Amino acid sequence: MENIAVVGVGQTKIERNKLGDTFADMVYEATKKALDDAGMTMDDIDNVITTSNDFWDGRTISTMAVNDACGGGLAKNMSAVEGDGTFSAFYGMARILSGVYDTTLVVSHVKGSESENVLITNAIFDPLYMRPIGLDSINSSALQMRRYMTKYGITEEQCAKVSVKNHKNALKNPYAQIAMDISVDDVLNSRVISDPLKLYDCSPVSDAAAAVILAGGDKAKKAKKPVWVKGVSYTADAYFLGDRDLADASALDKAALEAYEMAGIEDPLNEIDVAEVYDAFSYMELMWYEGLGFCPPGGGGKLIDKGITEMDGDLPVNPSGGLLSGHPVTPGGMIRLIEAVLQVRGDAGEHQVDGVKTALAHGINGACGQSHCVWIVGR
Amino acid sequence: MTQKAGDQELIVYKSRIKVPYTWSVGEVGSRFLTEIKENQKIWGTRCPVCDAVFVPPKKTCTYCFVPIHEWTEVKDEGVLQTYTIARYKTDLIPQDSPQIIGIILLDGADTGLVHLIGEAPPEKIKVGMRVKAVFNKDRKGHILDIKHFKPI
Repeated sequence: MENIAVVGVGQTKIERNKLGDTFADMVYEATKKALDDAGMTMDDIDNVITTSNDFWDGRTISTMAVNDACGGGLAKNMSAVEGDGTFSAFYGMARILSGVYDTTLVVSHVKGSESENVLITNAIFDPLYMRPIGLDSINSSALQMRRYMTKYGITEEQCAKVSVKNHKNALKNPYAQIAMDISVDDVLNSRVISDPLKLYDCSPVSDAAAAVILAGGDKAKKAKKPVWVKGVSYTADAYFLGDRDLADASALDKAALEAYEMAGIEDPLNEIDVAEVYDAFSYMELMWYEGLGFCPPGGGGKLIDKGITEMDGDLPVNPSGGLLSGHPVTPGGMIRLIEAVLQVRGDAGEHQVDGVKTALAHGINGACGQSHCVWIVGR
Repeated sequence: MTQKAGDQELIVYKSRIKVPYTWSVGEVGSRFLTEIKENQKIWGTRCPVCDAVFVPPKKTCTYCFVPIHEWTEVKDEGVLQTYTIARYKTDLIPQDSPQIIGIILLDGADTGLVHLIGEAPPEKIKVGMRVKAVFNKDRKGHILDIKHFKPI
């Protein structure tokens, strides 16, 4: 891996409804925080990438609408990614590796509060065969959860433990939207949304923006607090749900292996100190443990039962509270990357894990984790 | 309820986007939907390399990245691989809540078909149960010409 570093990070508080802020207001806040964090001004930024989703923004080429809020109005090269922020950060890194730019600002925003998430996520699916059935992000994930439980004997209690852990971790994260001390029974007894998914298995509707600044070459070496990219990869799986075995995340298996190989990691459970993964629904975190090689296929339930991914376990996962505690859709993965960077720097505040040298961040795109992006960052 | 930022009342503007589209179903999809409409039969395509039978049919193999030319009829019944019972109502759910969605592996197919499950109380639905297609009387060349799959 060439020497690429994350040199600045910024995020807004995640909230159910940021009525006082427009998209641009949120983007400016995250951008300004990332610049301040890096000790930079917009003069130091060579190009800008924004990340959004046109359906959620309610306008086409939605990146144009936040141009002035992230420096694009200062005659910067500007480009866009539609999808999760981990994927746009990958693109930002690739732009630096092209040799044309030294620094890239990557920003991401969403307001889940301003439209109908079920209608928008129905539009993920192909219009001929899957959309008319009424699929959306919730019921498609419920199909995946049951398939995962059936194939590997994972229980609803084991999934509920993820929700308990992450909501509790969120109590120490000032940016989290939902933080609470709940029991497994509270999760199991919460309202059924789409069987077997209950309310507390599901991440909430959220508004937020996030930003990272990436640098290469001398700009990275001279940065105040660089966190180095050790390995990164993403891969995509089949689009049609019926073309995949939804119980397995083969795209994640591959992306993780490639990222580990780049980072020189052979035993992820022992060599990674903290992980931030895309827990849009509780069962997903268990599936991603398996895809990330923290345990064998079907071993996710045992991993949570043993407490290995708790704050005081061998490999704390989602000390920030994860997405179950706030799920702004396109910044979702970027916030995982930001949290991983903060953990490596020792700047994660009350949810800091001791002695983090190597951290993992994970993002997904598409229905039921069609695509996965894995980042390994470290000192 | 009016919200304020300091002394400023916050205005929320309500609107919507409505854009008509026409989507080509393509030759392969048109043949698939026409067979359902005219003959109440379900057909798939078979990859010449890995032998996988795709339903809905594909023109290229998802796994082997080669063109597919062979058609094969599959049964209108199969096994329920997974299901969910959605207990919320939205504009797009085509029947009353709760709506049951499943992935069905039809006999003779290698990929699962996402479709509705009907004519069964939710508590009777089980993974692994056999289900059969129920066709609508009035068919239009649409995936919902199969009304739903019912337990057998």
